[in-house]
Amino acid sequence: MEQNIALELKNITKTFGKVVANKNVSLKVRKGEILSILGENGSGKTTLMNMVSGIYFPDSGQIFADGKEIVIASPKDAFDHKIGMIHQHFKLVDVFSAAENIVLGLEDEKGFDMPCYIEKIKEITEQYGFELDPYKKIYEMSVSEKQTVEIVKVLFRGADILILDEPTAVLTPQETVKLFKVLRNMREDGKAIIIITHKLHEVLSLSDNVAVLRKGEYIGTVKTAETNEAQLTEMMVGKKISLNIERSEPENVSDRLVVENINCVDREGIKLLDNVSFSARSGEILGIAGIAGSGQRELLEAIAGLQHLDGGSIIYNNPKTGESENLRDKTPLEIRQMGVRLAFVPEDRLGMGLVGNMDIIDNMMLRSYKKGKSVFLQRKKPKSLAEEIIERLEVVTPSAYTPVRRLSGGNVQKILVGREIASSPTVLMAAYPVRGLDINSSYTIYNLLNEQKKKGVAVIFVGEDLDVLVELCDRIMVIGSGRITGIVDGRNTTKEEIGILMTKSADNEQNGGEQ
Amino acid sequence: MITTIIQRAVMQGTPLLFGSTGEILTEKSGHLNLGIPGIMYVGAISGVAGSFLYEQSVAQINPLLAVIIPLICSLVGSTLMGLIYCFLTVSLRANQNVTGLALTTFGIGIGNFFGGSLIKLVDTDIPSIALSKTSNCFKTQLPFADNLGWFGDIFLSYGFLVYVAIIVALISSHILNKTRVGLHLRAVGESPETADAAGINVTKYKYLSTCIGSAIAGLGGLYYVMDYANGVWSNNGFGDRGWLSIALVIFSVWRPSISILGSMLFGFLYVIPTYIPGISVSAKKLFEMLPYVVTIIVLIITSMRDKKENQPPAALGLPYFREER
Repeated sequence: MEQNIALELKNITKTFGKVVANKNVSLKVRKGEILSILGENGSGKTTLMNMVSGIYFPDSGQIFADGKEIVIASPKDAFDHKIGMIHQHFKLVDVFSAAENIVLGLEDEKGFDMPCYIEKIKEITEQYGFELDPYKKIYEMSVSEKQTVEIVKVLFRGADILILDEPTAVLTPQETVKLFKVLRNMREDGKAIIIITHKLHEVLSLSDNVAVLRKGEYIGTVKTAETNEAQLTEMMVGKKISLNIERSEPENVSDRLVVENINCVDREGIKLLDNVSFSARSGEILGIAGIAGSGQRELLEAIAGLQHLDGGSIIYNNPKTGESENLRDKTPLEIRQMGVRLAFVPEDRLGMGLVGNMDIIDNMMLRSYKKGKSVFLQRKKPKSLAEEIIERLEVVTPSAYTPVRRLSGGNVQKILVGREIASSPTVLMAAYPVRGLDINSSYTIYNLLNEQKKKGVAVIFVGEDLDVLVELCDRIMVIGSGRITGIVDGRNTTKEEIGILMTKSADNEQNGGEQ
Repeated sequence: MITTIIQRAVMQGTPLLFGSTGEILTEKSGHLNLGIPGIMYVGAISGVAGSFLYEQSVAQINPLLAVIIPLICSLVGSTLMGLIYCFLTVSLRANQNVTGLALTTFGIGIGNFFGGSLIKLVDTDIPSIALSKTSNCFKTQLPFADNLGWFGDIFLSYGFLVYVAIIVALISSHILNKTRVGLHLRAVGESPETADAAGINVTKYKYLSTCIGSAIAGLGGLYYVMDYANGVWSNNGFGDRGWLSIALVIFSVWRPSISILGSMLFGFLYVIPTYIPGISVSAKKLFEMLPYVVTIIVLIITSMRDKKENQPPAALGLPYFREER
């Protein structure tokens, strides 16, 4: 056995119910090495590392540290084996200073000696070249400073194996450069570093070895020096699988919704949407592909009137009147009163789409609550609509009076999509409509979308499964870090092409996209 | 007259100080205990019951025992109340507000029930119990306080519980801000998932801080009966002091050290109408509103300033589930 292997996983398998998150994954990382774990969303990267850091326990398989088999049952066990993980969502107390967060939870016989701790923190920051003020409060910090606190926290506890989950997802290019510098310093110091990522250029510029996961399976490990983007992309997305989703030729295509140069900035000043322009056409399905959180949600919410925008316009061409109207910064109600029939199936079904504690009929009324003049509710029409949806979409429910939250995910989605379609929309937006659904329910949804397309509706479909996007959509728009990185024809594109576009945006930024 | 007003203000403020110190400790663990009025009431009646039984059982009371017995009874009574609250809100994750309000109603019910029973035992015409012998022990002052003029009157003329209240508040303040236990406790109240990930036993901290907080609050009830009210228990005599304690927590922006001065200010506002000559009953009632008005103003100011340190613990009132998939 090789001497300097810091951590080795052998045949790790983990399932959640029926879903296999990791299947027979084996990999090793040496001291003084940076290993990237590459994979698409949902390929099981984070689950795998959570097992190493003690959050989940593997169903089967072995973990070795320093050549000895170890059992990691809790985060504390992981600490004891000098394994530290920096999660994507930071675990920090806002009103505490950096130093207080770093020493939180430590048991130390010598007592509570803050000046001594701060001295040690300063030593660590100097050794690896971090910039950190130990007295600064977390709530006054930028995301990158918070990340620094997390890394120092792990080092303070003496970790020799560091796992970073998507460390650059929240950083600006400059901050990324800085982070890579300290990571290289740590490598020089003999630490083993594992980075979970889906950004190819980072993999290529930083790591020594790359392990690729696809849909929970371990595909292989390659030396970074001996590989290239094309090979990694192929390992990541895999060969094309045929799904046989029906796709008709678009008819009577005309621009229904024209989005021009819209921008959206979050509270911390990070651009969520950056100069986005595209058009959605009637009788066509426009697919939106991208890594989760690249701005898909903000884009749809902006069109639906739920997101404030900085600049740009959203022009709607009304097919009835022939007029063009700007929907930007209008409320959903105003949009509806303008005669725009917009249907929105949000990502968060029970949060934004439906009210879980209300029954199916009442949920139907969420769309039509402004109708009617009486002070009393008229339940007749919504009731017949609910019954129609239950029958036509084969919703499995005890009755129309069952609270929606008690139905299964697929049935909830059918009700939501059914309600949105019932308003005979001219634009239909659906965000991850098949997430968590079984195959049959998924096909029901695809058919519904196709049906709407044939009726001349402009359908916008945000999806995560590239196989589906390639077979279902007429055009696919790829979004990366809030920017459109390409619009391709669904009929002649490949998964690889989309995969490369999905990871492209950050490259552009680093080549001088930012001032 | 100024010395008298100050004395009365301090005596009025002491039960509030106990109550708010206890509540601050509880809230720092992320639990809003609205059962404090009930807990203080139970603390009072437990002490009264203990001292009543002791006074009845011996002819000549031992001053030390006369203090220790009610003290222990009170601590046990209020800690038990705290345990009920913990079990419901921490272990069973019941809604904290509902649990707290129920506990207040329950505690006042218990107090009035046992108070009423004791009053029946005494068989007097007046609906109250007088424990003057015990009260005298609680009110014992430092022997040289009388010889020091106004200084002695203002600073040294109180029963020992007043000093206990201040010391407990100072110790709490020190523990919260300067020790590892305090750091962990604050982390639990701010972000239990962070504390959990850092290896802190969240449930243990919640239980301990709530129970200790309840015990401290209960002493406020005991002080009220034994010292302030001269050992006279009458049903519903405690008034709205429990609610004032909770208001005082907000007033002192979750800092026990500020709470010391705050309690005296509240006490002052409470007693001042009695010393204004020729004041009408309705005006007096208006004055009684003042502590609450002040609290609302503080609440407005602290939220406007938006300084994070002056905000309630971030996880206050939220049950903590460790997420398991």
